[in-house]
Amino acid sequence: MTATLQRWMWPILLLAMFLIVWEVAVILTDTPTWMLPRPTDIFAAFREDHALLWWHTQVTLTEVVIGFGVALVSGVAIGIAIDSSPVLERSLYPLIIASQTIPMVVLAPLLLIWFGYGLTPKIIVAALIAFFPITVSTVDGLRAADREVMAMLRSFGASGWNRFRLAKLPAALPSIFSGARIGVAVCVIAAVFGELVGASEGLGYLMQRSASQFLTARVFAAIFILSFMGVGLFALISLLERILLPWRKYLSDRPRA
Amino acid sequence: MRNPSDIPRVRLDRIDAIYIEDDVTLEALRDISFSVEDGEFVALVGPSGSGKSTLLDIIAGLYAPAGGDVILDGETLPTPARLGASSYMHQRDLLLPWRSALDNAALALEVHGVPRKQARQRALERFDEFGLAGFEDAYPAQLSGGMRQRVAFLRTVLAERPLLLLDEPFGALDALSRVVLQSWLLDLWERERQAVLLVTHDVDEAVSMADRVVVLSARPGQITHIETIDLPRPRTRDMLTSETFHRHRVALLRALGLLDQPQEALIASEVALA
Repeated sequence: MTATLQRWMWPILLLAMFLIVWEVAVILTDTPTWMLPRPTDIFAAFREDHALLWWHTQVTLTEVVIGFGVALVSGVAIGIAIDSSPVLERSLYPLIIASQTIPMVVLAPLLLIWFGYGLTPKIIVAALIAFFPITVSTVDGLRAADREVMAMLRSFGASGWNRFRLAKLPAALPSIFSGARIGVAVCVIAAVFGELVGASEGLGYLMQRSASQFLTARVFAAIFILSFMGVGLFALISLLERILLPWRKYLSDRPRA
Repeated sequence: MRNPSDIPRVRLDRIDAIYIEDDVTLEALRDISFSVEDGEFVALVGPSGSGKSTLLDIIAGLYAPAGGDVILDGETLPTPARLGASSYMHQRDLLLPWRSALDNAALALEVHGVPRKQARQRALERFDEFGLAGFEDAYPAQLSGGMRQRVAFLRTVLAERPLLLLDEPFGALDALSRVVLQSWLLDLWERERQAVLLVTHDVDEAVSMADRVVVLSARPGQITHIETIDLPRPRTRDMLTSETFHRHRVALLRALGLLDQPQEALIASEVALA
């Protein structure tokens, strides 16, 4: 517990110092609130608009969670398919990598035309963005399985399914978790981007509307919520990894031979 | 009718093996014929690249020979059909880092279809005997090299196959752990008396453990010599200093071409004097 406290003490201290400097600087330079609000203005916005902020947070969080879920399931499934089929690896994998050169800026307006202003286009943008790191890390993780371990299992007479279940998938899990952590962080950005292109709800929409009304403190409040959401989801996946892969911690503090 | 125990556990009949690497065909093994009888401990020595490990891969069914037959318990089995017929142990312990020592030991049993709970129980029963008591729940990363190798041995032994294939199982250990584990394996073998084929590059290890030592030449690996070891069972560490041990050692070193002329003459004269 104290170790956790110590680890978090320094970043929190730095953040507090940053907020104080910000507050003082805005007061001293007499910057108008609509241009750069003070941290205390932002806290005031949190207090006054908490119902509004919470409503739009729920919308964005829904898009992120569903989009990430779709990306996780399809990314791992397609990663496994690519690893197990040389034909797919040669045909599909290069296409998936090439698809990353299509900018989301181009795709998002198209999705708007096809799927309207609802949640669907945002979920699709979020899923498309997170899908790539998850697929690549799944393929890499499965490829990294120890060849000798696989040969040993074959020498035991293990079936293909048993080799996958007992050795390949567990060996790939740390890599899949890395991909998922990156995926969830970019998922938040993607959902907000989807909302900026065209939406009637969500934190991206709220930011855009508030900015046009010069309610800058509210824009900052939305930004804070978004970064908190990104960090929180990232931490949640890290926590899940520590719980599901308890053996990992012994690898890092293993004494050198 | 022949007594079933007269049939060798494994008989190799004119095995040839080739490797294709970057479009270059390498001859790994040429005309290898020998057998391991029921309850016999055979060691295979040879320089690196003599195809010792390839031969074990072939017997285990992991690699198809270019020619020749592998006869297990009197039955000629094609390559994939040999998978699962013997217990194969490698130089690296190959423990799965996400499984506890107990679950690693039970792995081969699980693969053979024993329910997980039962497999764990059977592994647990032998933890004490393998010097692993108290470490059931430890992950491999928490164990020493010697203990990891004992878990790997337990996994191999629990598979209960009539033939054990050991590929330099002590190769990755420090000198002390190696000696300890060698005597421990000999004790274990005295009780189990499974047929063993041990690959090693250590002549002393081969002489002190095996009934017969097969010597392979450099690539392509061919049998240059088979030494029958004249030491009684059970083997003791004292035998390492005996004259018989020395004689076998010299014969094997000579077969491996590791003695040059003057030394050979010197040792020969020593032997003659003794």
